[in-house]
Amino acid sequence: MKNFEPNKNINRRKFVKSSAAAAAGGMFLSHLPVSASAFVGGNETLRVALIGCGGRGTGAAAQALSVKEDVKLVAMADAFRDRLDDSYENLMKKHGESGRVDVPEEHKFVGFDGYKNAIALADVVLLATPPGFRPIHFEEAINQGKHVFMEKPVAVDAPGVRKVLDVAQKAKQNKLNVVVGLQRHYQNSYLELMNRIHAGEIGDIVGGQVYWNSSGVWVRERQPQQTEMEYQMRNWYYFTWLCGDHIMEQHIHNIDVANWAKQAYPVKAQGMGGREVRTGKDHGEIFDHHFVEFHYEDGTMINSQCRHQEGCMNKVSESLVGTKGRATTDGATMISDHSGKTLWKHRGKNDPNPYQVEHDRLFAAIVSGDELLADAENGAKSTMTALLGRMATYSGKVVTWEEALNSNMSLVPQTFSWDANPPVVPGPDGKYPIPVPGKTKVI
Amino acid sequence: MKRSKQCYAQLNLLNRALIIVLVSVVLLPSHRIKSLWSVKEKNVAFEPYTETIPGSQVSFDMVPIQGGEYMMGSPSSEDKRKDDEGPQVKVGIEPFWMASTETTWDMFEIFVFQEQEKRLATESGGLESANIPSVDAVSRPTPPYLDMSFGMGKYGYPAICMTQYSAQMFCKWLTAKTGVFYRLPTEAEWEYACRAGTETAYFFGDDPADIDEYAWYYDNTYGGYEKVGTKKPNPWGLYDMHGNVSEWTLDQYNPEFYASLGDGVKVPYNVPTKLYPRTVRGGSYDDDPETLRSASRIPSNPRWKQQDPQIPKSNWWHTDARHVGFRIIRPLNPPAEKDIEAFWPEPIEDI
Repeated sequence: MKNFEPNKNINRRKFVKSSAAAAAGGMFLSHLPVSASAFVGGNETLRVALIGCGGRGTGAAAQALSVKEDVKLVAMADAFRDRLDDSYENLMKKHGESGRVDVPEEHKFVGFDGYKNAIALADVVLLATPPGFRPIHFEEAINQGKHVFMEKPVAVDAPGVRKVLDVAQKAKQNKLNVVVGLQRHYQNSYLELMNRIHAGEIGDIVGGQVYWNSSGVWVRERQPQQTEMEYQMRNWYYFTWLCGDHIMEQHIHNIDVANWAKQAYPVKAQGMGGREVRTGKDHGEIFDHHFVEFHYEDGTMINSQCRHQEGCMNKVSESLVGTKGRATTDGATMISDHSGKTLWKHRGKNDPNPYQVEHDRLFAAIVSGDELLADAENGAKSTMTALLGRMATYSGKVVTWEEALNSNMSLVPQTFSWDANPPVVPGPDGKYPIPVPGKTKVI
Repeated sequence: MKRSKQCYAQLNLLNRALIIVLVSVVLLPSHRIKSLWSVKEKNVAFEPYTETIPGSQVSFDMVPIQGGEYMMGSPSSEDKRKDDEGPQVKVGIEPFWMASTETTWDMFEIFVFQEQEKRLATESGGLESANIPSVDAVSRPTPPYLDMSFGMGKYGYPAICMTQYSAQMFCKWLTAKTGVFYRLPTEAEWEYACRAGTETAYFFGDDPADIDEYAWYYDNTYGGYEKVGTKKPNPWGLYDMHGNVSEWTLDQYNPEFYASLGDGVKVPYNVPTKLYPRTVRGGSYDDDPETLRSASRIPSNPRWKQQDPQIPKSNWWHTDARHVGFRIIRPLNPPAEKDIEAFWPEPIEDI
């Protein structure tokens, strides 16, 4: 960090002021000094902590270490020692030579509570655990005065979403940058398409379809020595309290695009879903398909489908229908009129990697102070939208945004420990209780 | 250590193929031929044939390509030529069959999804006759996180976005199922087949104005690939050698490779030791005509996986190579069983 931006010091002063105000208001944990931030203490290297060391967390750390600013990974936390070690080894392979990985043994934190210590050592925190942990991790990071990159979805239940919305406000007040891994917002093809939609090139949006139909993801075999908690943590994708179901974990990307295009969030949803082909005891409790109608305030309905079934039509894309034309991201990102004539098409051959751009923008914003990135509110509301969809498919009922957001149904376990029971446990046949539309309560 | 030994085997495999086969036919007791990688029949007629993937209704057509010699690369006079296409060098090619079209999703998905493979087998004559390779014998792709056809079409359309390793494992799987040795072509074999005896920039001549009849490329597509075999073939009956999707070869890409070869080398093969770059050929729907020329060489690039958000990155899928597929060949004179065993690569971890 040889050449600071001219306004850097101004930004530092602003930061100190707002941090002090926040501290006076009791927002910071008392045992953590405000000088924990590099930009107050005068340390010119931005220190990064990785919370959640799976494949995606490791990828996010690699991207954070590839920015042009002066950064260093200084702490890592994961529930599992082996995941942390694999991640560390891979990051050393990729970034070891640059000297940007500097995580001594005493900065590697294993278990459910290690995140607090890792966050304390950093200026910027990467949150990439299973989404069930996101609200408490995000809250801790902002309370400790850290900038945040966090993966989507940002919660799995309504209390979690509300917590993230609250904390998002604190982050903004305290001038802490927050980027959420809805990377389409950092992808040229989508940015150009949205500019055109918002400029009216397809007219008023009157409908649309969004899809994440794929063949599913990994399954990790149960090991004999595992407690139920460990088994579920290793197979987090298949448990709603950890993953949110695939409508939240993956399909949120497409649902978020619908909101983005509409510049609104739906007021209610109705849908159906179930387990058709992925029904075994290895597959936890989540559905393998969901189909949801999202209704927006102006009457627009956008259909969403997501599926994890092999041998079926696969599609991960969005299509928005307006009064003047149609925008699609199916294959080519393009706009056409209603007779099918192409009006605009994006040729993305040399576009930058949106996963990298997320981090480039985050670190540039932190250092320059030119803008405050504040993705958490939209991240929380798009998470809420996907959750609304899940509530509709699990219950089989019409669910409104208001009742969904105000729901007090929490999926967070009573106790986080390896010998504690998670919120769902298998029956005598080894299978987990599955939501039954028409019967299951979600509010 | 393991790798260099294996590469030696690969190199030798191609150069010694004929001798090995003659020796193996004479010396090996016939019952040994039944193991996983051995070929069904040594004295097959060198004619076009249709192979049906055992345990399915899916078939593909193989076209015989006579051996011979040709000038690999392009003359310095060729329009739009790049430096890596020369110096031209005379090389020898052993006879092989080549698939008349690029590998389709119909074929590739049976390999990707073992459950689908079992279901198709049950429907068409039983699991026993489907030769489903054991998990230990052939590893298979992890399920793709995204829809790897990107909405451009599945059945009848070329499979794309697989890594070169993935394409090679498809060949290994297909070899196990059919008992016939299938593999990717070398760069030299690919260009030989593409040229089909011609010396012009394209197999149809030098004028890119004629390309519409033979190729799918940027200006005549909507921004995606088209069904295989829907344009005119080259003189040897191969479709989409120019355009549609670029095709994996076996070689490590090296711009200086031709300069390192003496005239008359038989089936030159630049054995890969590094993950990047490797060579694809033929150009795609996303390219302009110059990249579709017979001699044009395209190096693979880590950018082809840039939207894989995980580390380590997938051994199987290139999230950003929508323009890359492959087609298979079968040498007329397959190598011995042990050399086939040694031929299949181990993945190189992509951090």
